[in-house]
Formats: sequence, C-alpha cells, structure tokens
Amino acid sequence: MISTQGLSKRFGYRWVLKDVDLDAQAGEIVALLGPNGAGKSTLLRILATLSKPTLGECQIAGFSLPQQAAAARARIGFLAHQPLLYEDLSAEQNLAFYARLYRIKRPAARVTELLRLFDLHLRRQEPVRIFSRGMQQRLALARVLLHNPRVLLLDEPHSGLDRAALDVLDSLLRKLAKKGTTILFATHDLHRAQSLARKVYVLAEGRLVAPSDGRRRIPGSFSGVYSRALRAAQKGA
Amino acid sequence: MRLKRGLSLAQYLATVFAILRKDLAVEWRSRQLLAAMLIFTLLVILIFNFALELDARVRSEVSAGVLWATFAFAGTLGLNRSMAVEKEGKALDGLLLAPVDRSAVYFGKAFANLFFMLVVAVLILPMYAILYNVNLWHSGFLLVVLLGSWGYSAIGTLLATMAIQARSRELLLPVLLFPLLIPVFVTAVRASSFFLQGLELTYIWPSLNLLIAYGLIMPALGYMFFDFIVEE
Repeated sequence: MISTQGLSKRFGYRWVLKDVDLDAQAGEIVALLGPNGAGKSTLLRILATLSKPTLGECQIAGFSLPQQAAAARARIGFLAHQPLLYEDLSAEQNLAFYARLYRIKRPAARVTELLRLFDLHLRRQEPVRIFSRGMQQRLALARVLLHNPRVLLLDEPHSGLDRAALDVLDSLLRKLAKKGTTILFATHDLHRAQSLARKVYVLAEGRLVAPSDGRRRIPGSFSGVYSRALRAAQKGA
Repeated sequence: MRLKRGLSLAQYLATVFAILRKDLAVEWRSRQLLAAMLIFTLLVILIFNFALELDARVRSEVSAGVLWATFAFAGTLGLNRSMAVEKEGKALDGLLLAPVDRSAVYFGKAFANLFFMLVVAVLILPMYAILYNVNLWHSGFLLVVLLGSWGYSAIGTLLATMAIQARSRELLLPVLLFPLLIPVFVTAVRASSFFLQGLELTYIWPSLNLLIAYGLIMPALGYMFFDFIVEE
C-alpha cells in the first residue's frame, strides 16, 4: 500500500532524506520514530503528494508518485503539524467545506458523525480560532477521516490530546487498520509507537537507521535499540 | 465536458463555487478584508480630494485616474489578506491535498477577490461621485469597472499565490503586480475617462477590446500555471 525505494530529498545543498526504503501493507500500522529534524515530516509530505522527491521511487495506494499524485489524493488522508483549518470558520463549516471538496455523499451526516466521534459536536458552531490545541487536533483528525481514506499519513497525531482523546484515537486507528486502512504515523513517543504499531522505522539525519521486521513483534528492549541507533547516526553525521 | 484529470465541468464548477463560498464565509465571520479595503479607499479618495483642490473641469478629467489608482492600492490589501487566510494554519496545503483540479482553486480565489473588489466599488462609487461631482451611473463605465476588476483579480490572485511563499510577501506582491497591471490600468483609466466624457463608442472600443483580451489571457495563464506555482 505504501512503498518507497531509494527515496531522497534535497533542499538546497542539504539532503534531508537519503535512500529511504520503506514498506507498509494494507491494514498495517507503521510507526516512524526519530528526533526533531530527522526528516519524518518531509517524508510524510512527499507521501501525501505535497512535495516531490529529488530521487527515488514511491508508490501509494497503487499509484506512483509524483506522476499519479492527482489520482492518489482521493485515497490519502494526511494530518500535518498544522491543522490545515480556517481559523475564522466554525468546526462544522470547516468540515462541510472539505466534504464538498472531497465530493462526499450525504456530507451533513458525515460531518455530524465525525464531530460526535471527536466530541466536538456541542462546540460545532464556534470558530476554530478559540479552540484549544487539543480540540484543533481532534478537528484536524476529523478532517483527515472525512473521505474514508485507504492510507492515513499522520504527523504526530497524539500531540496536544488529553488522555481520553488519546484512547479514542488509538482505538479508532486499530479499528481502521482492521478494516484494511494502512496507517503510517510519525512520533517521538517510543511507548506509543510500541503499543500501536506492528512495524517501526527509525529515521535519523534523513536515513532509516533501524527498520524493524514486520513479521516479528517489536521487542521490549526496543528503546535500547532506538537510542543506540540514534547515537550511531549522530556520530556518523 | 471533461477537463484535466477527467473531472466533469459540473464537478469543476462545484469546486470553484466551494472555494468562493468558503472565502465569503471566512470574510463574513472575520470582516477584516472588506473593512481594510473600504477604510483605505475612503481615506485615499478624501486625501486626493483635498490635496488636489481641482476645479470642476479638471476634476472630471482626472477622476478616472484617481479612482483606478485607489482601486489598485486597495486591491493589493485585499489580495494580501485573501492569501493570508490560506497561510494561517497552512490551510492552502489542505486545498492542495484535495482530489480536485488545482486550477479550480485558482478560479475560486480569483472570483472571491473580484467579488470583494466589486463590493468596495459599489460602496465607494456614490461617495466618489459626490466628492468629485461626476455622474458615474453610466452602463459603459460600470462595464469598465467590471472588466478592469476581473483583469486585476485574475493576475493578482496568481501573483499573490506566488508571493505567499515569500517572507516579505506584503512588499513582494506590489512589486510583482504593478508592472503587469500597467496595460489593464492604463486601458481602464482611458475607457472610464472616455465614457465619463460621453465620447462615442467608436473611440472606446479599442480600450474595451484590450480589457476583454486581458481578462481572457490572465485567467488562461492562471489555469495553466497555478499548479506549478503552488508546487513546493
């Protein structure tokens, strides 16, 4: 469902991604770990068709990027660092607008369903500007799920959420994966990655330094592997 | 009729309308763009009125120039604000992620900008007519306002999208925009002036033709290049 071969990205003279080979099957939850500046967001933006790779190949939901980016977009849901919402519009107006862009059948029902799911229904008429960080994140997640995408690319989806919202999100992601949705999420949180993902990639200085084997369970001592991999990458750089 | 990416014309127009409707909703709730444009336009018209102290004959000759200069400067305020809405919260990325023809996003934004310019014109023209003692209620003159505003919005939206990527976008937009506006600006001033002086249509047609051509060429450029401009 997601596959990259030798994916590299350069900004000016700096390579922010180098030879990234990544693979995620349908219904798989895959975590992308790494420190700040490792290239996680850049990788997700390329997979979401917002950026083009400098080198390498990339397939998502059966489409090659960047050649078939336009066709792939209908199958991708991307949660970015920013909520990608209009602050002056209400929660309901934001979702209704995106529902129109994605040509969703019965948009009002879908919007209400998602507002209820993320516990925003009672504040649906309020402008996003006055929402807390966590509420904006929940609304952004609702936006991402509007069109039932087959591939979810989530950049730090847990950030800003309280305990209850974290549990709702995790159970929702597991449920979606069971239905066949492929989920790739970037995080700093090793424990979250271990509890949720079946496969973990570690990105440091733009390179994958510790891909785990999807057929094995992630070992309990993975934190040690993660720390050693990051130290080695930093020394190498 | 099928367009780029195999979308039907109805789907394309639905996207254009969705963007337009969203921009109007944002403005309805924030009331920032129109307020800034209106206040600025009022101030410029008043300043010109008191600074020039023109007699009645000269007033009617320069009024079209003053009007279009005012529109041009107020328009940049509107364009900057219109794109700032897309910059906040990186909402533009949300549009680019949608499975729509990106040129429909351009047309939606351009029509919204045209709408705001026309609202400003409708509110300002009566006051302008009183201060400058000119009769602006001439169908030909109103047509020039419509064509000139469309040309302005079409190229302005494209350049504002380019400028949004830059750090000093408020400065960059006028620097990019005004040189390209010269043809539409000069022609609109000339056509407006001719209509206000009551000249025959024979004298005005060349200017009108130029405005129409500009109003077709600029959106065509937007249709072709918007996708490249918004690419990272």
